[in-house]
Amino acid sequence: MWMALSYACWGISIVLALWMLYDWFKVDTAYSEDVLTSSREGELEAASEQHRI
Amino acid sequence: MAAAAETAGTTTIHGDRVSLLRVLGPAHVWALGVGIVLVGEFTGWNFSADKGGTLAALIVCWVVGLLYTSVAMIDSEVTSTVAAAGGQYAQAKHIVGPLMAFNVALFLVFAYTMLEVSDAILLGDTIVAKAGVDGLTHNSFIAATIVVLAWLNYRGVLMTLNVNFVITAIAYVSIVILFFSVSPWTQGAVLKLNELVTPGNALPYGWIGVIAAFQFGIWYYLGIEGTTQAAEEVRSPARSLPYGTMAGMITLLIAAAMTWYVCASLMPWEYLGITPYPLWDAGKLTGSPLLENLLFIATLLAALASANGCINDAARAWFSLGRDRYLPSWFSAVHPRYRTPYRSILFLLPIALAFAFIADLNQAITFSILSGVLQYTFMSINIMMFRKKWPLGTIRRGYTHPFHPLPAIVLFCLCVVTFFAIFLGFGSQLIAMTIFYFLISLWFHFYRYKFVRRGDQFTMPWPKPQGY
Repeated sequence: MWMALSYACWGISIVLALWMLYDWFKVDTAYSEDVLTSSREGELEAASEQHRI
Repeated sequence: MAAAAETAGTTTIHGDRVSLLRVLGPAHVWALGVGIVLVGEFTGWNFSADKGGTLAALIVCWVVGLLYTSVAMIDSEVTSTVAAAGGQYAQAKHIVGPLMAFNVALFLVFAYTMLEVSDAILLGDTIVAKAGVDGLTHNSFIAATIVVLAWLNYRGVLMTLNVNFVITAIAYVSIVILFFSVSPWTQGAVLKLNELVTPGNALPYGWIGVIAAFQFGIWYYLGIEGTTQAAEEVRSPARSLPYGTMAGMITLLIAAAMTWYVCASLMPWEYLGITPYPLWDAGKLTGSPLLENLLFIATLLAALASANGCINDAARAWFSLGRDRYLPSWFSAVHPRYRTPYRSILFLLPIALAFAFIADLNQAITFSILSGVLQYTFMSINIMMFRKKWPLGTIRRGYTHPFHPLPAIVLFCLCVVTFFAIFLGFGSQLIAMTIFYFLISLWFHFYRYKFVRRGDQFTMPWPKPQGY
């Protein structure tokens, strides 16, 4: 049973790693680099949590 | 960008930017912090008994608890004000400066990645020990732990921390069940503390043993400061972060005390100090198969929760470095559908796998602890500068920690003691890491910093600091 579990772990790892690589490729080809890297630190603070004492 | 959103079909991009998603509450913050730490009760803390005896393990439990209470209080105040992914990195950037921030981010990435590696090795070794099958190695379990958890983190922070909440809660409840199953109010029935800890063996190496025990006492609470990495994904940072962090610290103090009491009352210090599974062994020593299996499963769940939280935190620290161009901005990409720092998660995945397959557990743990203590030393200096530059009343704080500057002084002094303890046990690693951080600082100062957009990196809408 433990050996079967060990082989199942290898299988799951390979499948999920391949899925992540596929999704990565899909996202990077569907969106421009400007969109993907458009996150900015503190923007929510500036927009909706106005800084008042 | 609208075209890109249409191409993806199901994806909605809010506003003009793709940002991390604000979906977390205080329970998730608790799950992140306690999830990372709780594995330390299942293994790690007990090696302090080997360094100084069972009583030394109790002394460091409380003294290091004081260190981490200071960490939690200081962190809660600063993070409730600087609520950004990267946590202590963003704090250092705004309060001390870019070079300190770069180093702090590396402390974070090293501490969490090495802890993730240690968790995966522990999980693999625990399964192999339970199976007792010839030819079965831990490699497949290590790979599955790291890859499955990376996938979970890739798919979204809400599910990741919901899972962490459930498995952390089960692991924690198992400690409580063990504690009440051994009739803690009655010595002699199951527990034999007065026989196992006597004036003759309580401190076998004297007070220097207590100092040496600090190195592993860190394991009781290592990683609670990781709650701050969720700052950009909690709905109300000013409320959720202090609440989740302080609740986590209280939870851990209780768990640490229960763990020590049960283990010290069931095992002699010579065995307690070397076993890799103190709580699982305690379950076995009660003679109950139910408790034994419960503690075995809890050990696995604690390791999983810790690795899961570490992947979350290391990826956000790496992502923040990319966003400020301290590293190539390629790392700052956010997944338009899952809203996670997916490239940072994927980049750190093979690094964790490589370390898990080639490093040994002791080396990985030592690098994690060293990076953690470097970070705590920074925090004691950081809070002094924060209060000096922006005194109370000049900016809004979600939480104000009491007795300033006492917690900062206590934290700094205890960090110095811990460095000395690490030097006693792992002097060469301490020196090697110091040289590494020195060289990487030179690289950042003389080469990388010219790529940073200097005005853009400071994002907090604060008034000018006092004295500037």
